[in-house]
Amino acid sequence: MSSIMAAKVRQKRIAQLIARGKRLDGREPTDYREIQIESGLIERAEGSARVRLGKTEVLVGTKIEVGEPFLDTPNEGVLTVNAELVPLASPTFEPGPPDENSIELARVVDRGIRESKAIVLEDLCVEPGKKVFVVFIDVYVLNHDGNLIDTSALAALAALVNTKMFNYEVKEGEIKIKPGYKPLPMRNYPIAVTFAKINDKLIVDPWLEEEQVMDARLTMAVEKDGKICAIQKGGYGYFTAQQIFEASKIAQQKTVELRKLVVKE
Amino acid sequence: MSQKKPEKLIDENDIRQDGRKLNEMRQVKIEVGILGNADGSAYIEQGKNKILAAVYGPREIHPKHQALPDRAALRCRYHMAPFSVQERKSPAPSRRELELSKVIRESLEPSIFTEYYPRTAIDLFIEVLQADGGTRCAGITAASLALADAGIPMRDLVSACSAGKVEGRLALDLNDMEDKAGEADLPLAYMPNLNAVTLLQMDGMLTGEEFEQVVNMALEGCKQINQLQKEALRAKYVVAKEAEAEKEGEVEEEEEEAE
Amino acid sequence: MPVFYERRQLVTPGDLLAENEYINGENTFRENGKIYATRVGLFNFDDKRVYVVALKSFYIPMVGDTVIGKVLEVTLGGWVVDIRAPYVAMLRASDALERPVRPQKDDLPSLFDVGDMMIAKIVAYDRTRDPLLTVLERGLGKVTRGQVIEITPTKIPRVIGKKGSMITVIKEKTDCQITIGQNGRIIISGKSPEDERLAIMAIRKVEQEAHTTGLTDRVTEMLRKEKGEKPRKEVAENVSKET
Repeated sequence: MSSIMAAKVRQKRIAQLIARGKRLDGREPTDYREIQIESGLIERAEGSARVRLGKTEVLVGTKIEVGEPFLDTPNEGVLTVNAELVPLASPTFEPGPPDENSIELARVVDRGIRESKAIVLEDLCVEPGKKVFVVFIDVYVLNHDGNLIDTSALAALAALVNTKMFNYEVKEGEIKIKPGYKPLPMRNYPIAVTFAKINDKLIVDPWLEEEQVMDARLTMAVEKDGKICAIQKGGYGYFTAQQIFEASKIAQQKTVELRKLVVKE
Repeated sequence: MSQKKPEKLIDENDIRQDGRKLNEMRQVKIEVGILGNADGSAYIEQGKNKILAAVYGPREIHPKHQALPDRAALRCRYHMAPFSVQERKSPAPSRRELELSKVIRESLEPSIFTEYYPRTAIDLFIEVLQADGGTRCAGITAASLALADAGIPMRDLVSACSAGKVEGRLALDLNDMEDKAGEADLPLAYMPNLNAVTLLQMDGMLTGEEFEQVVNMALEGCKQINQLQKEALRAKYVVAKEAEAEKEGEVEEEEEEAE
Repeated sequence: MPVFYERRQLVTPGDLLAENEYINGENTFRENGKIYATRVGLFNFDDKRVYVVALKSFYIPMVGDTVIGKVLEVTLGGWVVDIRAPYVAMLRASDALERPVRPQKDDLPSLFDVGDMMIAKIVAYDRTRDPLLTVLERGLGKVTRGQVIEITPTKIPRVIGKKGSMITVIKEKTDCQITIGQNGRIIISGKSPEDERLAIMAIRKVEQEAHTTGLTDRVTEMLRKEKGEKPRKEVAENVSKET
């Protein structure tokens, strides 16, 4: 079992290169690693997708069940996102209840989807105030090689796009299943872009060793019309206001390209 | 028992439900050093928010495996009292509290010279006694003062404030109702000296332009908060000094070298 | 050379104190040619450097310091001692006994038990390990009588006074034995609880009024009054610059 902490010498090298605008794997500061998306691989789930971003691998499954709505939104379906940093994904992940990292991951992925109103939750109401459909998004991290947020957000979106619900009608407050399926009603497609700050420079899609060297990270989720719908700064360092504005512009550009991988026009 | 939403949160003259202008912060009251046992503490009221922050440390770290060889480990717990919100909240830490504990810790760590105290812990506790939106910002503001009160060396105070969009207008320091019903809320924490943003989150929807304006608004709010923090620190010590000076009728003061 | 505050003005962490040519002294740090305060305290400067006298700080162990510690734990090889610092200190059995330690025969708790106070000296301390103590020198060892009080460590020099002037006055007037630990703990042992109480009162006064002048006089006067002596108009020794 090898230690995942890059040796200090290598860390220095990475930081030095970045100061000159270069990355160890040859990427430009705003390049993503190679992305592979596969959908529908888990038949038991209502929807599923697996995304490989470089060597980082995340599998997302969606399940739809019947439940109660929130008190302040009695006519809307419910969205809930959970993330698991599965122990086999990294020597640093330990079995046990969700820790702050998996909770943060889940909540950031959730934020992008929820704030962009990606799922038409109003169409998931069965009986106002009593019965609605609950969409469970479960993020399963299978291999951690950096940038879990973007990978998970992308996989979650692809899984949602892949999600099919059974046809149904409501008779006397009971749900009667009818033959056939329909896609989960969606109206927006948020994409997350994460930046790392190293040696005062911004790079996009940090891989694991870059993450170990970075001062801080900044994630921005952008919806289909270019509006920013979620932001999360993480890590022990800081950003200047200038860097934040620079990041928002880059994010708006990158999300257009990335969205094309998930949403076919 | 849920609150009824009022008709409009902002009227035609851009005056908000609580009488504030769009770029007006809620009223803030701060007191430093109010807890007897903690090494440092501070209490803040911002609008209806009532939040207590306390610091213990640097001190021996338990469990030992959490010790960092080259610096102090900052540990932070953000917690809301069950009676702090309209519907009683269970005392068990929620996912939100865990996430906030993490981002708050990450907002304060850049300000502390943790490298001076390797293998120790600096424990920070933020208790929300009453919540009305923007608690993480008010909590950070109080926590930074608690750290200063504990005599922990820092690069700068961390000042936090939120801004957002409500009923189409950009506004400073959203309260709970404005946050829930509004279009966007953006909490931000800032170290004025280094021009460093240490906390930045957003939920809602903002165009690129609106985003820049809201960030700038929040930064202005942070600068105001920073002034209030300094005044609160001064108030604690100046009062004591003046009281003694009066007692003795002494006007001159002497140079003193410590340690 | 510009400084941005006056002497004895209160500054807070992050306040810009001065630029460039000054050396940054205690409780300050330098970044990009500017010097900022790191703690709340009173600003001061001389020709060469700027510094802040912190209003509150905690004790950081220094090799050679005499400290007063409290035993937290008895272990196989010695004791874990609380010295009111971010780190606990260790007293090894070999630094407490003048002969080699015999594990089967020596009963460590009988030397120092949990809760016992001791006067010790720091013999080793660096960033990688906890401070090490010894009690093998003269004047060190278990505290058997008297009271222990705690004050802010930054005020210790004032309690001692220039060349020991302040502490001498207190000792003489109260007829108490007083041992001062650099870590902010003081042992007062007198012939009666009354004497001890007087000494504690004097020390507390010094702690409260540390920043004022003529303190030695006022403490002397206070002690005289408390003991029922008639006040005298004597002028005490020059106290313009005390360490």
